[in-house]
Amino acid sequence: MTELERYKYDVLVIGAGGAGLRAAVEAREAGLRVAIICKSLFGKAHTVMAEGGAAASMGNVNSGDNWQVHFRDTMRGGKFLNHYRMAELHAKESPDRIYELEMWGALFDRTKEGKISQRNFGGHEYPRLAHVGDRTGLELIRTMQQKIVQLQQKDAREYGNAEANIRVFAELTITEIIKEKGVVAGAYGYWREGGNEVLFEAQAVIIATGGVGKTFKITSNSWEGTGDGHALALKAGANLVDMEFLQFHPTGMVWPPSVRGILVTESVRGEGGVLTNTLGERFMFKYIPDVFKDKYADNEEEADRWYLDQDNNRRPPELLPRDEVARAINSEVKAGRGTEHGGVFLDVSKRIPAEVIKKRLPSMWHQFYELAGVDITKEAMEVGPTCHYVMGGVEVEPDTAAAIGVPGLFAAGEVAGGMHGSNRLGGNSLSDLLVFGRRAGMGAAAYVKSATAVAVSEASVKAAADRIQAPFTRAGGENAYSLHQELQEVTHNLVGIIRTGSELKDAIEKIADIRKRSQNVSVAGDRKFNPGFHLAFDLDNMLLVAESTAKSAIAREESRGGHTRDDFPGMNDKWRQVNHISSYNGSEVVVREQKLPTLPKELFDLFDIHELEKYMTSEEIAKGGSN
Amino acid sequence: MARKVNLRIWRGDSNSGALQNVEVEANEGEVVLDVIHRVQATQMGDLAVRWNCKAGKCGSCSMEINGKPRLACMTRMSSFEEGEEITVTPLRAFPVIKDLVADVSFNYKKAMEIPAYEHPADLGPGEARMEQIDVERSQEFRKCIECFLCQDTCHVIRDHEENKKSFAGPRFFIRIAELDMHPLDMLKNRKRTAQEEHGLGMCNITKCCTEVCPEHIRITDNAIIPMKERVVDVKYDPARWLGSKIRRREG
Amino acid sequence: MSGVFSPSRAQIKERTLRTDKWWLQPLATFGVLFSFVIYATFRAFEGDYYYKDHLISPFYSPCLSEACVDEAVIGGFAPISAQIFNFPLSPALIILIFPLGFRMTCYYYRKAYYRAFWMSPPACAVAEPHKKYTGETRQPLILQNAHRWFFYAGLIFNVILTYDAIISFKNKDGEWGAMSVGSLVLVFSAAMLWMYSLSCHTCRHTIGGRLKHFSKHPIRYKAWTTISRLNHSHALFAWISLFAVAFADIYVRQVASGAWTNFYFFE
Ligand SMILES: Cc1cc2nc3c(=O)[nH]c(=O)nc-3n(C[C@H](O)[C@H](O)[C@H](O)COP(=O)(O)OP(=O)(O)OC[C@H]3O[C@@H](n4cnc5c(N)ncnc54)[C@H](O)[C@@H]3O)c2cc1C
Ligand code: SF4
Ligand code: SF4
Ligand code: FES
Ligand code: FES
Repeated sequence: MTELERYKYDVLVIGAGGAGLRAAVEAREAGLRVAIICKSLFGKAHTVMAEGGAAASMGNVNSGDNWQVHFRDTMRGGKFLNHYRMAELHAKESPDRIYELEMWGALFDRTKEGKISQRNFGGHEYPRLAHVGDRTGLELIRTMQQKIVQLQQKDAREYGNAEANIRVFAELTITEIIKEKGVVAGAYGYWREGGNEVLFEAQAVIIATGGVGKTFKITSNSWEGTGDGHALALKAGANLVDMEFLQFHPTGMVWPPSVRGILVTESVRGEGGVLTNTLGERFMFKYIPDVFKDKYADNEEEADRWYLDQDNNRRPPELLPRDEVARAINSEVKAGRGTEHGGVFLDVSKRIPAEVIKKRLPSMWHQFYELAGVDITKEAMEVGPTCHYVMGGVEVEPDTAAAIGVPGLFAAGEVAGGMHGSNRLGGNSLSDLLVFGRRAGMGAAAYVKSATAVAVSEASVKAAADRIQAPFTRAGGENAYSLHQELQEVTHNLVGIIRTGSELKDAIEKIADIRKRSQNVSVAGDRKFNPGFHLAFDLDNMLLVAESTAKSAIAREESRGGHTRDDFPGMNDKWRQVNHISSYNGSEVVVREQKLPTLPKELFDLFDIHELEKYMTSEEIAKGGSN
Repeated sequence: MARKVNLRIWRGDSNSGALQNVEVEANEGEVVLDVIHRVQATQMGDLAVRWNCKAGKCGSCSMEINGKPRLACMTRMSSFEEGEEITVTPLRAFPVIKDLVADVSFNYKKAMEIPAYEHPADLGPGEARMEQIDVERSQEFRKCIECFLCQDTCHVIRDHEENKKSFAGPRFFIRIAELDMHPLDMLKNRKRTAQEEHGLGMCNITKCCTEVCPEHIRITDNAIIPMKERVVDVKYDPARWLGSKIRRREG
Repeated sequence: MSGVFSPSRAQIKERTLRTDKWWLQPLATFGVLFSFVIYATFRAFEGDYYYKDHLISPFYSPCLSEACVDEAVIGGFAPISAQIFNFPLSPALIILIFPLGFRMTCYYYRKAYYRAFWMSPPACAVAEPHKKYTGETRQPLILQNAHRWFFYAGLIFNVILTYDAIISFKNKDGEWGAMSVGSLVLVFSAAMLWMYSLSCHTCRHTIGGRLKHFSKHPIRYKAWTTISRLNHSHALFAWISLFAVAFADIYVRQVASGAWTNFYFFE
């Protein structure tokens, strides 16, 4: 073995998606030395795939919009399970974060007056998503990537070394967060390229590792979405909150099989796309839940008028929050009204002229044309639900993004929980990344400035190193690829979009079994860029995440947002007051209930009482929020 | 509807390597990346390949397929003839790391050499006004997914290792063009430095970059040639040079 | 060992692994351009058969030298008197410098001949045979930057050839109103030359491409949009106009030499 590589930084950012990069910029601008670590190349994180846009109530298209409206939409979308403070900060700060990107060189699509244009999206009352065609995530990532390059160029001028104070470690996987004396001291990992190990000493670690989609069979996520950050945090002693809530995006591709799950952006519906079943029925009208009856059109004429006049008509039901649409599609398919490949039709070709489609949805056109041989300007797309986003995540202090229970640990982006409640609105993630990425950077900077550093002990290094070596020392053990497939089958079939108690129980047992066998995974070949070896670690993380999800899901006996129980249909006021907290006791995930923080009076008062009555118990209403 | 296909995969590292034959199944609708993954899962557990999105959005899975620089996730198996042998190799303009993974760090170094966007000091948050027609040209270039296929195919560096130090490559010519055409960018000498520092003059507009770009960015027509013309404005056109001296502004 | 065979790169013996017929296009380009050059050289030195009854060959227009017969000067358009301009050789030798320079420095033809003649590169991802490469950074290729001057000259020629095309609507006695196959040939060649020039990258740049803010120049923006559309087909216009001009010359030559008779629709 070559000698261990060692680095010392003030702040370590794990993840180079939107959240990680924004955090890194903030920490660097606060004067700290920052390392950014990512599993893929710089600029390839999941965030590049985000299409539709970033929600921010700038009010450029409809001046009626403001943070209060955005806050209300977010809470409604999350079925009031959101951490109110996160939703509040998010709604208030998003516009500034978008403007900031523009000042760093981002080029959003424009309105006639030359302002940033905004588009409609499910669950948002007004056109609110800042966007660039359908490649908004790319714009976000590239802008921040270039901002980091700019900071490095500045350092190069000042210190003669571009990487003096901020460095990107690409294609490096972190396997462990190291704590000493109860506080964070650093992290340990390996270069994917050579397999050699690296120790980072840092006072503060920001986890920004994104989602968990790869735990599931059909997903819009890439191989990176293996829940590493969730597992790292759990093992470091932090909590995960509400891991039962997973968002199944209603429209993923379903055919051909190799592209199954790849996302079809919600903008397709925002721009006028219509969902129909094989009978030609525009079925969404049948699925408008009571809580949304006054906001959504119940007939085609009104829905169609809405595209022209949004002030005097209710919006089409295709734009209901994602959980509703996903469940509706699921029901249609189950009822035998789906396509032969198990999807439904989504059509823009009849409503929008071909050139407009190509201009507004260029990458969708491209994606279908190249991958499925379908020209969406002429034919309908076939779509079905795909696992897309995890609402649950690391429990954090809203203002600082500090992970509760572990000094020095921070989390932001998809890996953090609470912000989106039981269901995230489209476009709220990209703005979440910016708002809480920045807050995590600030939080970490403040922490580093006040805390004292602790050194990493040799014992911790040895333990971490042994764990990495282990799969090579086991000959003839299990194959990581097949275990991964097995896990995906279990989650897909038993912890999927519709759940029941007995299946969940079954799932918990099966996951435990796979986890036991995974201790015995062996790896062929050597350490050099060896995907089998990489998967062995990712698998471990996915198993913890799946366990946490299944255990939280069996505990929640109601249906809400991204958690639907066949045996407990409908929402239950009691459960609205409960968060599920997962923690790790060294051998398994333990889930307990925790009371949700009460809405303060000034936020409570933003809502119509009758609306709150649909979600809250009469005692809660009577209290009228806390003071 | 599975069929057997013959793949020749380059396996090796920076010291040595060779093309290896494998037979593998391919199903309807699959792309080359799916088949490579099947090889990985069933026959070569340690076969190295980069990928992320599998939808042509991230630019990770760049490689050369039958000698052409392409994204493996956007190359459909049905584009090959029945029985045709498919050769996959890593990018050949860059050092190889292992199997299908090349060391593309050259590109990140070059990115560092392009001066960043400079926002007008007097425009605060939300004050910027830009018209759609003014941002459209730059937006085309911002579609770039940094797959570096254009860099890989460009003969200036593919065939001449020694040019790497003085040539930024098509990916970064579009970056320069993007900034030079950005309605608000304040940095004024981009044209001159494009020619003098980033090697725009080395490009002989033979258009291979445009041919391989998976985002269909018209690299040569919309970025390189317009930049060459802008360079002429400030460097090789006596009439405009004089005009700019008199009016004290860059063309 | 350099290029794709550099030591750090994947060790592959073949200079390309392309399986398609990549050599076809450069070969065809080479064939066509080479034939054109041979023909043009032959015609330039021939110094004869370029005028007949108000039809003047584009290779010889405007007629400049005293080698020009009187008829050609009148029929064509001679800005410089044949007497002052005392050139003993074929007038085409002077004239052809401009269109040749225009095409030699054209961004499209550069691509075509760098690939087909210089094999730099012969095709994408096919290793080129040269050891060193400096592109257009030094003499003589740095002169490619003079394309815009040839473009301006090209515009003047377009005007002259348009004039020639108009003149061809006179009958043998110099009266207007005639139309022959020759007139159509000249009109087509002039029109294609205009399309070629208008779709030129320099034209696109001059019209609007150099602007930073289109929104402040709405008319130029509109013009730029139109030119950009033409520019998409610049390569096509480059070839059509080349064939059209060559054919016009062949036609006039055959008519002037008496091999063909120019058919008149009206006289
Ligand atoms: C197809 C698609 C479309 C979407 N569209 C939208 C949209 O229109 N609007 C919207 O708001 N949201 C959208 N989302 C959701 C949104 O894109 C994601 O939630 C968001 O990008 C997550 O960003 P992040 O910064 O948290 O993490 P990511 O962007 O996922 O980045 C995670 C980073 O962590 C690194 N990492 C992970 N594990 C490790 C480890 N162990 N060691 C080192 N590094 C590690 C990864 O390499 C990566 O760099 C979309 C998502 C998908 C999949
Ligand atoms: S056009 Fe220029 S930049 Fe593009 S591949 Fe050819 S030489 Fe390289
Ligand atoms: S310009 Fe095109 S080919 Fe080049 S890196 Fe960008 S997307 Fe890839
Ligand atoms: S995997 Fe993202 S482009 Fe191919
Ligand atoms: S670019 Fe071809 S003529 Fe100018």
